[in-house]
Amino acid sequence: MRILALESSCDESAVAVLDDGRGLLSHVLHSQVDLHQAYGGVVPELASRDHVQRLLPLVERALAEAGTCADELDGVAYTAGPGLIGALLAGAALARSLGFAWGLPTLGVHHLEGHLLAPLLEPDPPTFPHLALLVSGGHTMLIEARGLGDYTLLGDTRDDAAGEAFDKSAKLLGLPYPGGPHLARLAERGRAGRVVLPRPMLERPGLEFSFSGLKTAVLHAVRALPASAGEAERADIARGLQDAVVDTLIAKAVRAIDATGLDALVVSGGVSANHSLRERLGSAARERGVRVYYPRPEFCTDNAAMIAVAGLARLAAGERDAPGIRARAQWPLVSLRPPAAMGADA
Amino acid sequence: MRLLALDTSTEACSAALSVGDAVLERSVEAPQGHAGLILSMVEALLAEAGVALSALDGIAFGRGPGSFTGVRLAASVTQGLAFGAGLGVVPVSSLRAVAWQAIGVSAAAHDGVLVCNDARMQQVYWCAYRPGVDGLPIALMEEAVGAPESVLRPAGNAWLGAGRGFRAHPALANLVPGTPTDAFDLLPQARAVLALARPDVAAGRLLPPSEALPIYVRDEVAKPSSARPSSS
Ligand SMILES: Nc1ncnc2c1ncn2[C@@H]1O[C@H](COP(=O)(O)OP(=O)(O)OP(=O)(O)O)[C@@H](O)[C@H]1O
Ligand SMILES: [Mg+2]
Repeated sequence: MRILALESSCDESAVAVLDDGRGLLSHVLHSQVDLHQAYGGVVPELASRDHVQRLLPLVERALAEAGTCADELDGVAYTAGPGLIGALLAGAALARSLGFAWGLPTLGVHHLEGHLLAPLLEPDPPTFPHLALLVSGGHTMLIEARGLGDYTLLGDTRDDAAGEAFDKSAKLLGLPYPGGPHLARLAERGRAGRVVLPRPMLERPGLEFSFSGLKTAVLHAVRALPASAGEAERADIARGLQDAVVDTLIAKAVRAIDATGLDALVVSGGVSANHSLRERLGSAARERGVRVYYPRPEFCTDNAAMIAVAGLARLAAGERDAPGIRARAQWPLVSLRPPAAMGADA
Repeated sequence: MRLLALDTSTEACSAALSVGDAVLERSVEAPQGHAGLILSMVEALLAEAGVALSALDGIAFGRGPGSFTGVRLAASVTQGLAFGAGLGVVPVSSLRAVAWQAIGVSAAAHDGVLVCNDARMQQVYWCAYRPGVDGLPIALMEEAVGAPESVLRPAGNAWLGAGRGFRAHPALANLVPGTPTDAFDLLPQARAVLALARPDVAAGRLLPPSEALPIYVRDEVAKPSSARPSSS
C-alpha cells in the first residue's frame, strides 16, 4: 500500500509519500518561520493563506521525488486536528478533493498520533506496548501506548507546554523567533548551577507537569542581570531554563517507567530534538534497562512523514473518512480508538 | 462546453455544471457548513449529468473577495479536483458574479451595476461594472474594501445596486435610487461564476491548478501585536 500525506496544522506545509514495502519515498516541507518572524509568533490567518499557496506545489514535488503518480497510490492522509482551524482546513480540503478526483480513500489523522508514531520511520522501530513522552510546542504528555489508537494519558501539563517554556524564555532572552532551538544552542555554552530555576512539580507526587512559572523566573533572572552582563550570563540563564525543563521531564518519565513497568520509551515532538534531553534521558533509561526511541531530528518537529505513518496504519486497517471536509481545532488524543473499518465514502 | 463552477465565498454555498447549453446547479444558503457540503454537491451534479470529472473542460471558482475561510475552501477544492483530474482552472471575481446576477434581475436599461458585498467589520467589498457588448460585466475600477461612506458611484443616474452590503448598510441605497430591492439580496452563485468563465475556457485561457488562489482584497490582517505564541 502506498499513500500521499499532507500536514498543515500550524506553520509548516509538508507532504510525504510512504509505501508499506519500500518505506518513505519522499518528504518535502515548507516552513513559514520567515513569514511569522515579524510578529513574534504564528499569525493564524497568514498561516492559512500560505498553506493554500504551498501545499499543491509540494504535492507535485513529493510525487515527482517519489517517482510515483496517482495510479500507484492507494490513499490520501492529512492532518485533521488538533491545530489552527484555517490551516487544517487548507490541507483537509485539498486532500479530500484529491482523493475524490483520484477515486481514492482519504483519512484525517490526529497530529499527535503522528508525532507518537514518528519513531516507526527509523530502523529498529519500537513495538507496543510502550511509554511515550510527547514534548512539543503545544503539548507535554506522558502516555501509555498499548497499540495503535489505544492510549492512556498518564500525565499532562497544567499550563504551558515544554516547547512553550523554551520559546517564551527565548523571547525574554531576546533570541530570534522561533526561540526553542536558539535557546538550546545558547544553553550549551552556559554554566551549570549558575542560575537555578524552580522545579515545582518535582516535590509533588504524580505525573503532572507545570512550566508556566519558569517564564516568570527567567524574566526575574533577566531583569537581575547587571548592565555589564554579556553573552556568558545570558547563556547561564538559558542553561538554567533547559536544566529545569529537562530535569522535570526526566523525573516524571522515570516515575512513569517505575509505575508502569514498561521497558520501552518513545520520545517525540519538537523538544525531543533537544540534545541535553536525549543525553540525560538516555543514561537514566539505561540504568533501568529501558530502551529509548526517538524520531530522527527532522521528524521531531512537524512533518508529513509522521502523518503518513499514522494514515497508512489506519487506512490499511480499512478506516475511512466520513463524508464532507472536516477538521478540528480541538481533538483530545485519548478520544482516539483503534482503527475501525468503516463503510467507504465517495 | 463541460464546465464545473464552485462558489463558497459568502453565506451561499453553490456548485454548477454545464453540459452543452444546460446548466445544473445546487445552492444553499447557510452561515456555515460549506466544507461539509461542497464535495457532495459536486458529486451529485456529476452523477446527475452522467459526466466524469476528467471529461470536463475546466473548473471555475469564486476567488473572492469574501469570507477568508470560504474563498480558501473553493480555491483548495478547485486545486484538488483540477490537479486530480488533469484540468485547468478559471478564477472568477465574487463581486463580478453578483454584477452578472444583477443584470439578470433588472430588465431596465442602466449605466452599470454598483456591487457591495458585506465584508463584516462595518465594511463592504465593492466594485462598479458596466455591461459589455456580450452582456458580461466589465469592471471600471480595482476591487476595494472599505467603510460604506467610502463607496463612490461613477457618473450617471441609472445605477443598479446589488449585493448584501446594501442590506447591511441601508444608507448605501441612496447611491442607487430605483434599484429593485431584490438585487440587495444577491449573493454570488456558482451559475454566475460558470457564465463568466465560459469565454476564458472557450479561448483556452485556463490556469494550472496551483494557480487556483484566493483574492482577499482585505490584506491587512495582522499587526505585530496581534500575534500569538507559536503552538498548534
Ligand atoms: N533543540 C530543541 N530544544 C528545545 N526545544 C526545541 C528544540 N527544537 C525544537 N524545539 C521546540 O519544539 C517546538 C516545536 O515542536 P512541534 O513542531 O512538534 O510543535 P507544534 O507542532 O508547534 O506543537 P504540537 O505538535 O503540540 O501541536 C517548539 O516549541 C520549539 O521551540
Ligand atoms: Mg507538532
